[in-house]
Amino acid sequence: MASLARKNLFHDRVRFAVTLTGIVFSVVLATVQLGLFLGFTAATADVIDHSGADLWIVSTGATHLEGVTAFGEQQAFRAMATPGVARVEKRVVQFGQWKRPDGAQEGVLLVGFEPAGELGRPWNVVAGDVRALEQADTVFVDELYADKLGVTHLGQTAEIGGYRARVVGFTRGIRTFTTAPPVFTSFKNAQNYFGLREDQVLALLVSVTPGADVAAVQRALAALRDVDVHTTAEWSRRQQTYWMFGTGAGITVLIAAALGIIVGVVVVAQTIYAATVDHIREFGTLKAMGATNGFIYGVILQQALTSGALGYAAGMAIALAVATASQQGTTAILVPPWLALALFALTLGMCALASIVSINKVTRLDPAMVFKG
Amino acid sequence: MTPLLAVEQVTKTYDMGGAPVHALRGVDLALHAGEVLLLLGPSGSGKTTLLSIMGCILQATSGKVIVGGRDVARAAERDLPAVRLRHFGFVFQGFNLFPALTAAENVEVALGLKGVRGRAARTAALEALAAVDLADKASALPANLSGGQKQRVAIARALAGDPSIILADEPTAALDSTSGQLVMDLLRSLASRHERAVVIVTHDSRTIRYADRIVAIEDGRLASTTEAVA
Repeated sequence: MASLARKNLFHDRVRFAVTLTGIVFSVVLATVQLGLFLGFTAATADVIDHSGADLWIVSTGATHLEGVTAFGEQQAFRAMATPGVARVEKRVVQFGQWKRPDGAQEGVLLVGFEPAGELGRPWNVVAGDVRALEQADTVFVDELYADKLGVTHLGQTAEIGGYRARVVGFTRGIRTFTTAPPVFTSFKNAQNYFGLREDQVLALLVSVTPGADVAAVQRALAALRDVDVHTTAEWSRRQQTYWMFGTGAGITVLIAAALGIIVGVVVVAQTIYAATVDHIREFGTLKAMGATNGFIYGVILQQALTSGALGYAAGMAIALAVATASQQGTTAILVPPWLALALFALTLGMCALASIVSINKVTRLDPAMVFKG
Repeated sequence: MTPLLAVEQVTKTYDMGGAPVHALRGVDLALHAGEVLLLLGPSGSGKTTLLSIMGCILQATSGKVIVGGRDVARAAERDLPAVRLRHFGFVFQGFNLFPALTAAENVEVALGLKGVRGRAARTAALEALAAVDLADKASALPANLSGGQKQRVAIARALAGDPSIILADEPTAALDSTSGQLVMDLLRSLASRHERAVVIVTHDSRTIRYADRIVAIEDGRLASTTEAVA
């Protein structure tokens, strides 16, 4: 059976190449689309997931980080007085307007944090010292967006909201879901750029004392009025849900991912079906010779799974190369191991399913067809 | 002498868009070991339908199909492959060889279905090919064989596992006269020397001299039976 299936498959090389091409195309399409979805999803909550905080305090009813409203900094002192709280740091995240050195304007996502603190700091710093952000009107930008922001070197100046912004450092690979590049600055600078009062904050980042129960501290902080307290994981999920399911852009990415899977599945199914039907006369001959349906199913299934496995291997290799190349750009394609495994299972599953559909055709096959010259 | 195969009052009716089409109308026929039986008749007369029913490939609408002393006309469809495997070897007009397999591998597939595998299958396949004078073509793919050679490989495949009945559908139709003669000699010797029963459906008048009995079919009925002159 193994020999017949294998030889059937490899004998007609053009047919086999067509089959493999269909599967490779499907695997690349589905992987890239799902990888884009995961990349975008991760990008929406990157500054939350990398914050190092255990809890976030934001205005009541806030659905996403960029949509929080300001509240008084006295909440920070109240939070500090709560048992189990080790550290509370102030945070500003807002969209702003960046004026490039050549005068052109770009929207940016300004992230204000406390440079002397431990929470919400930029990561992947490749140039400059975060402490330099304690100086007035200083910012870090990401290398991925340097061209877009018109930044070519450290020390260069631009403007944010009409105030000077001097680039004192670079990060690498911090992305946002929107087209607005992330720009890190100190909390104090951010207050200036946005015209916030000195006693106003947009979010508080909380870390708990070692060994403290985060959920218990969250419950204790819930006593604060006019704010919501989320764990970092909860807030990250809320942020991702808002951007991916609550905005047109997110839905577009989601639909593209779903279409990628559907088109991939259909192409795989059609490819395997056509490849099986091509051999229908041979299966009829086997049936006439006395082969059981089980034997014929085995041959068909083995052909389908071999095609699926080889097509998957080639397709995933291409998709991983594309995903690796995407790390140099502003749109990352993420292919975590679970996605690669899930797509392997999906590919084999689809090949098996498509072959079962064609098996049905073989089951209904009139063995007398072999007598029709 | 008990026949290897007998059909009694066999009918076959197809439903063609609600209208019944009677392909066979009460056919009786018995086949004995060592006999070559030719089924003749015009297109649409029911020859191939009868051959398919005799080979348990198609089920009769009514009547009996007795193979090896057992009536299989009403047998469950899932039981028929085993009957075909045990009793029949098939030779097709279009050869129906597996194009991806060599001549020897084509024979081995048939042996594999009967549970003969590995070295034993290879030895038996080579013997079968030698019996049709194709030992030197064991490694050749069907695409590299002539029509006559392909049909001889098909006969070698039909012989795999030593079935008692060979059913051949137009075995010479796609062959030139020399190749056709070679194939018919082979089928004749299977009956004469090896006591197999051979049924041949044909339009080819050149094959008549190889037959022990010639049965003509018209409109689904046996029109005449002619015994060959010894």
